[in-house]
Amino acid sequence: MVSQILFIVITLAAIALFSYNLKKVIRNIRLGRAANRSDQPQKRMMTMLKVAFGQTKMFFRPIPAFLHLIVYAGFVIINIEVLEIMIDGIFGTHRIFGGLGTLYNILIGSFEFLALGVWLACAIFLIRRNVLKLKRFSGVEMKSWPRSDANYILITEILLMTAFLTMNAADAKLQAMGLGHYTAAGAFPVSQFLQNLLPDTAAGLIAIERGCWWFHIIGIFAFLNYLPYSKHFHIIFAFPNTYFSNLEPKGEFTNMESVTNEVKAMLDPSFTPPEAAPGRFGAKDVNDLTWVNLMNAYTCTECGRCTSVCPANITGKLLSPRKIMMDTRDRMEEVGKNGLEDGKSLIDTYITREEIWACTSCNACTQACPINIDPLSIITELRRYAVMEESQSPASINTMLGNIENNGAPWKYSPSDRFNWAKES
Amino acid sequence: MSAQLNFEVPTMAEMIAKGKEPEILFWVGCAGSYDERAQKTTRDICKILHHVGLKYAVLGTEESCTGDPAKRAGNEFLFQMQAMTNIEVLNAYNIKKIVTGCPHCFNTIKNEYPGLGGNYEVIHHTQLIQQLINEGKLKAEGGESFKGKKITYHDPCYLGRGNDVYEAPRKALEALDAQLVEMKRCRSNGLCCGAGGAQMFKEPEKGNKDINIERIEEALETQPQVIAASCPFCMTMLRDGVKMKEQEQNVQVLDIAEITARANGL
Repeated sequence: MVSQILFIVITLAAIALFSYNLKKVIRNIRLGRAANRSDQPQKRMMTMLKVAFGQTKMFFRPIPAFLHLIVYAGFVIINIEVLEIMIDGIFGTHRIFGGLGTLYNILIGSFEFLALGVWLACAIFLIRRNVLKLKRFSGVEMKSWPRSDANYILITEILLMTAFLTMNAADAKLQAMGLGHYTAAGAFPVSQFLQNLLPDTAAGLIAIERGCWWFHIIGIFAFLNYLPYSKHFHIIFAFPNTYFSNLEPKGEFTNMESVTNEVKAMLDPSFTPPEAAPGRFGAKDVNDLTWVNLMNAYTCTECGRCTSVCPANITGKLLSPRKIMMDTRDRMEEVGKNGLEDGKSLIDTYITREEIWACTSCNACTQACPINIDPLSIITELRRYAVMEESQSPASINTMLGNIENNGAPWKYSPSDRFNWAKES
Repeated sequence: MSAQLNFEVPTMAEMIAKGKEPEILFWVGCAGSYDERAQKTTRDICKILHHVGLKYAVLGTEESCTGDPAKRAGNEFLFQMQAMTNIEVLNAYNIKKIVTGCPHCFNTIKNEYPGLGGNYEVIHHTQLIQQLINEGKLKAEGGESFKGKKITYHDPCYLGRGNDVYEAPRKALEALDAQLVEMKRCRSNGLCCGAGGAQMFKEPEKGNKDINIERIEEALETQPQVIAASCPFCMTMLRDGVKMKEQEQNVQVLDIAEITARANGL
């Protein structure tokens, strides 16, 4: 009875804490400007199913995709096991689904294989990060926290899977002893090999079984509450992020409506623009970006696929699309805590001018992102701010803009010479 | 291959004056109009249009920059000024269909003009060439033979990833019976030439090397006789790269339109 009450208290506390942190995240995302992403619901749903649920874009790199798929499948399917743990925890039962018989054996058996798969995949991931030191996992933006964040997650998953398998091994031994509470249920194709490592006394086995059971479920709760502080948030946000992702051609940039009204008024004096609150052109800080940009930042799992294909980054320039997303998230967290008036801004304090001017807008980053994050639109908004609000662009860009304005071409040629190509050789 | 045109290029103004309406407007673009190298491509596109007997016209001096580099550089005002002025001209001529000689013009007119009142059917010149090959109007015969030549094609970002056009330019090359070799990074994984997003008009930021050098090294790895381009910016960057590597004697950089015109003896 005591353990049931304790379990319920821990569960409620974990859920309450998670809701509290999730609310803070949603509040931060709401710092952003409006953006309409409610069109074409069917196409959006298909995109989400394909990209997030089906992980189609992951397979551009088959090895990590395969390992990730195991971890992902493990995560999704083992939730059925977590459901049983929850029910057992609340009602003090043991393996409540055990009555399913053969089906239960198949379920538990497959969970065991998955758990082993997840264990191995995470071990390989750890080796890739820390021993093989893949280039993709380094870079100026990969400072101490982002590095350890990834390691903490992988180690936690390994520990959780170890606990799950050890628990099953102890349970199977207890079942074989015919102890009252431990009714025979489940098949243990993997954990049977751990049985010899465990003690033979009932008391020792019960201690291990209960210990692992509690460790497993508290671990899961702790993991849940770790998410809002971690890149691992993508396990939740990947779904809304792909649903609300850009469906237009990648080459298409938004036409700023406030500018359209002003330009129309300039070209046609009879046009009266609709009343609108004066807004900023482009983005100086996170509140000038859209909520989609900000949700993107919380979704980013820092895998670095964007940066590894970025032509500017490949050739040694300062720009890293991954850093753009991480900076946006860091700044958003800061603004969420301290407000906007702290003398800092996304541009300059976090993202330098050199970075934004190195972008070729080639869309390699948006193509590479497995969950449709769009760093390019943030870069564009920062450029818009630099150019339209501050008139600060590289000198040669200014010349180009001046030429377009005066000659209708980015180069200094006379408009009257525009058709000369047809006449000369 | 005479650079000179032996026919008049019709302008919209002349067409209208004669009471005629062309089937398609050829949007030349700033590079195609002023850049000496790109002018060759422009003339070759005209030769192809003339050869197949398509009723076309250009705007001539009435054309102006689409605003693409202004928009990518962040100057939305200048972009929309350009866009709306161009749209006025295009709509005044009742233009329905446009072919462009540049992926940047193509992307801007196709995707960004509709929201500002400019609705046209827009195709890139490689798509037109593909269409003409499919219709049997262009046959890749009567001119220079590219049979068995090693050609590698560089995907321009604003045609490929920007608008998912990957097959049309390749189709034009396949018609030549050439040996099409792909670079390591191609199609949706293609590497930028380094000129997009208004980079064409500024010095690159500090780094280990220029982007076009990285790209040309990859292109040269395929040991091509021809590097095929379909964008005037890519053309400049790739040619600069070939020059830097002192490979002008061995490798030609040609636009798909030029290759097609040559193969057809135009």
